[in-house]
Amino acid sequence: MSVISAPYETDSGFFDEMFTDGTAAGVRPHYRRLADRLGNLPVTEFDQRRAAVDSAFLRRGVTFTVYNDAQGTERIFPFDLIPRIIPGAEWRRIEAGLIQRLHALNCFLDDIYHAQKVLKDGVVPAALVLGAKHFRREFMNFKVPRGIYVHVCGTDLIRDAQGNYLVLEDNLRCPSGASYMIENRAAMRRAFPQLFESYGVRPVEGYAEQLLRALLHLAPEHKENPGVVLLTPGVHNSAYFEHCFLARQMGIPIVEGRDLVVRERRVYMRTTTGLQPVDVIYRRIDDDFLDPTVFRPDSMLGVPGLVNAYRAGTVALANSIGTGVADDKVIYAYVPKLIRYYLGEEPILPNVATYLASEPADRRFILDHIDRLVVKAANEAGGYGMLIGPAATKEECARFRAQVAANPRNYIAQDPIMLSRSPTWCGGRLQGRHIDLRPYILYGDKITVTPGGLTRVALRRGSLVVNSSQGGGSKDTWVLKGDE
Amino acid sequence: MPTPSSPSGRPPATVMLSRVAHSLYWMSRYIERAEDTARLLDVNLQFLADFQDLSPAPLNSWESLILSSGAQEEFRALHPVADSHRVTDFLAFELRNPGSILSCVYAARENARMIRDQISLEMWEVINELHLILKSTSTEDVWRSGPQEFFNRIIRASHLFQGLTDATFPRNEGWEFIRFGKMLERADKTTRILDVKYHVLLPSANDVGGAIDTAQWQAVLRSASALDAYRHHHVREVLPWKVAEFLIFSDTFPRSLHFCTAQVDDLLRRILGETAARPRSHAARASRRLLGELESLSINDVLRRGLHEFLVDSQATLAAISDEVAETTMFYPAESSLEDQQQQQQQLREHAPAVRRRASAAAPRAVGRPDATPPGASAT
Repeated sequence: MSVISAPYETDSGFFDEMFTDGTAAGVRPHYRRLADRLGNLPVTEFDQRRAAVDSAFLRRGVTFTVYNDAQGTERIFPFDLIPRIIPGAEWRRIEAGLIQRLHALNCFLDDIYHAQKVLKDGVVPAALVLGAKHFRREFMNFKVPRGIYVHVCGTDLIRDAQGNYLVLEDNLRCPSGASYMIENRAAMRRAFPQLFESYGVRPVEGYAEQLLRALLHLAPEHKENPGVVLLTPGVHNSAYFEHCFLARQMGIPIVEGRDLVVRERRVYMRTTTGLQPVDVIYRRIDDDFLDPTVFRPDSMLGVPGLVNAYRAGTVALANSIGTGVADDKVIYAYVPKLIRYYLGEEPILPNVATYLASEPADRRFILDHIDRLVVKAANEAGGYGMLIGPAATKEECARFRAQVAANPRNYIAQDPIMLSRSPTWCGGRLQGRHIDLRPYILYGDKITVTPGGLTRVALRRGSLVVNSSQGGGSKDTWVLKGDE
Repeated sequence: MPTPSSPSGRPPATVMLSRVAHSLYWMSRYIERAEDTARLLDVNLQFLADFQDLSPAPLNSWESLILSSGAQEEFRALHPVADSHRVTDFLAFELRNPGSILSCVYAARENARMIRDQISLEMWEVINELHLILKSTSTEDVWRSGPQEFFNRIIRASHLFQGLTDATFPRNEGWEFIRFGKMLERADKTTRILDVKYHVLLPSANDVGGAIDTAQWQAVLRSASALDAYRHHHVREVLPWKVAEFLIFSDTFPRSLHFCTAQVDDLLRRILGETAARPRSHAARASRRLLGELESLSINDVLRRGLHEFLVDSQATLAAISDEVAETTMFYPAESSLEDQQQQQQQLREHAPAVRRRASAAAPRAVGRPDATPPGASAT
């Protein structure tokens, strides 16, 4: 029996990435070669390759930490061997849309931390920005190095029933997952070496190189060997594997807060031979923990005096401080307007239709239709603080209705999102499972998008939640040079 | 004013964070400790198997194993008596004993994980695989299939790790810390292996030279992987004071106290830059003093002074050296806040809200414990 000999069910309510219908004739052109290969691959051999890939992940320590588990267990991110394939032309449009979006968001950040024209012109209500949890008024009129606020961005994309790409959310603080994009590719190369050669898949391995270049772009120009480091919360953080991975790929030291010290507004790292100056910090610690003398005083992960050094311009941070104000789920609703406002262009990638509980008309709509909407807390992530109306019980709906009414600024609602489905190996056969896509966008001397990204898949049947903390897995994402 | 050393000319690649140096040191030391404990237990179990018909049992070697591990208080808290099963369990699998093999492997792996970017994939895979295997094996499984196999696995993994370190790790400062940790641990363990048997060398012992005695001294040598080397060195039978002399003074056997101390001394010169004839640091002076004794004393001098006293003094010197190197090359505040720090790291989910964590009873120890086997804690 081969991998795709059993019948495959499509669902007319959702876009299927590989099939227009469940038959062999219904395979989309860019998946045909994969379908041929899988059609010739016996299940037993497929299973062997799957086991080999899993054990390699475990042995290499490609893991994340599950927090609400008593032992802080490390798990491998479940990996599905059926790749997600994106034709070249389709990708070019995505790429253009992502570049446009990050460009506009950076303009927005620069504006709200300086002239605030966007607020004065009434494009975005001032209260939404100035009252936002992640707005850092301490950084008003501060000139960030090279004028770039967001150096690393991860934007989540989904596809509606017609296959249109929509932006689900922007991650402008410390987006994670790029290491899995690269490790997934390595795993696929080992599992299906020949397939790659014939398919013309664009490489993702340049990510670390590009990231390093974006970081070096922030270093003082005259300096031959600038000190670039990756600042991690430490070994117990869920993304520690990723921090190590990226630091290793870039060849830069990985440091914890206690490895750094500030003297006379200059940052140094403690080495066995004394203090060494640091010029650029790729920080994977949120604003709040960065510097106990400015933000959370109980933070033991940060570096006392770091913000002062940053303000003095002796060290660059990527991403800059205060970027969270622009990936707020409420500001999200305004991004299409921001693109028009700053760039005078129509958004290439649209948003999911969004209702703001802070707007009276929208709020009424949300409260009346909560059982048909997806409600999200503005500042939560990871699939927490979220209600999926159609799947929720009456009690859950009532609880969220009360929360929204009590604190409207903190909630948005969206039409139930339509995640496309991709054939995924579940229970011994291919089944449609919902997926999203997180591409990684880097802003150095120019904005670049790594061709690929992290495709996350909801492994539970019918589930629309792809987060790893909620039973999600991932797939390799192939962006083709051509279209088939 | 900050005094950055050589701000120019030195490429960043050769800069080593103090924290990294110490994780390398502890990773290496814990692996060595796991190996040495495994061998000690293995030899003791074999010895017991050879003489199980004897009654009354030869002196309680299990009791002395606990004493030499320095963890008698932890042991007493858990077990009323010291028998083979309980002691083996305590020294091999008990996670509440920070010096148990399992604890050591976990601690070595945790240190390796912290500096995953600094060590080779090969080194990491050996430690990680060992850790995965131990995690998925229950103590009952180990007893069922015989603990020998378990001990061999530990010893082989340690050897593989050392070989891969040798073959893949650059000869930089990190290498010195790795070797420093290993040599210090070996020196310490050799004194403890010998100390287990010190009372036999007391004049009142009247079964010296008997069959059991010879077997016991062979066991001591095997505990230090020294039986073959000893036989090459001494053609005649295994004599207690010869064994002690060999394990203390041999300048060619790589587990003798003398050999290891000479290595420690040499590494100290490099790590602390102690090149002068009269070193500045206490650590370097202490190691010169110990080395001087090992170069000049005879076994009779040591026996006159008391073997036990000599070994305990040596252990104390080694511990003091370790402490001072930690202080000089590392500038961190005490580790008392580790728990809180760990909690914050976990709270700080990247793009996910904080969730309550249950108390971290099984929190892995990410840093070393120099006092896991406190000096002078062995038999009195």
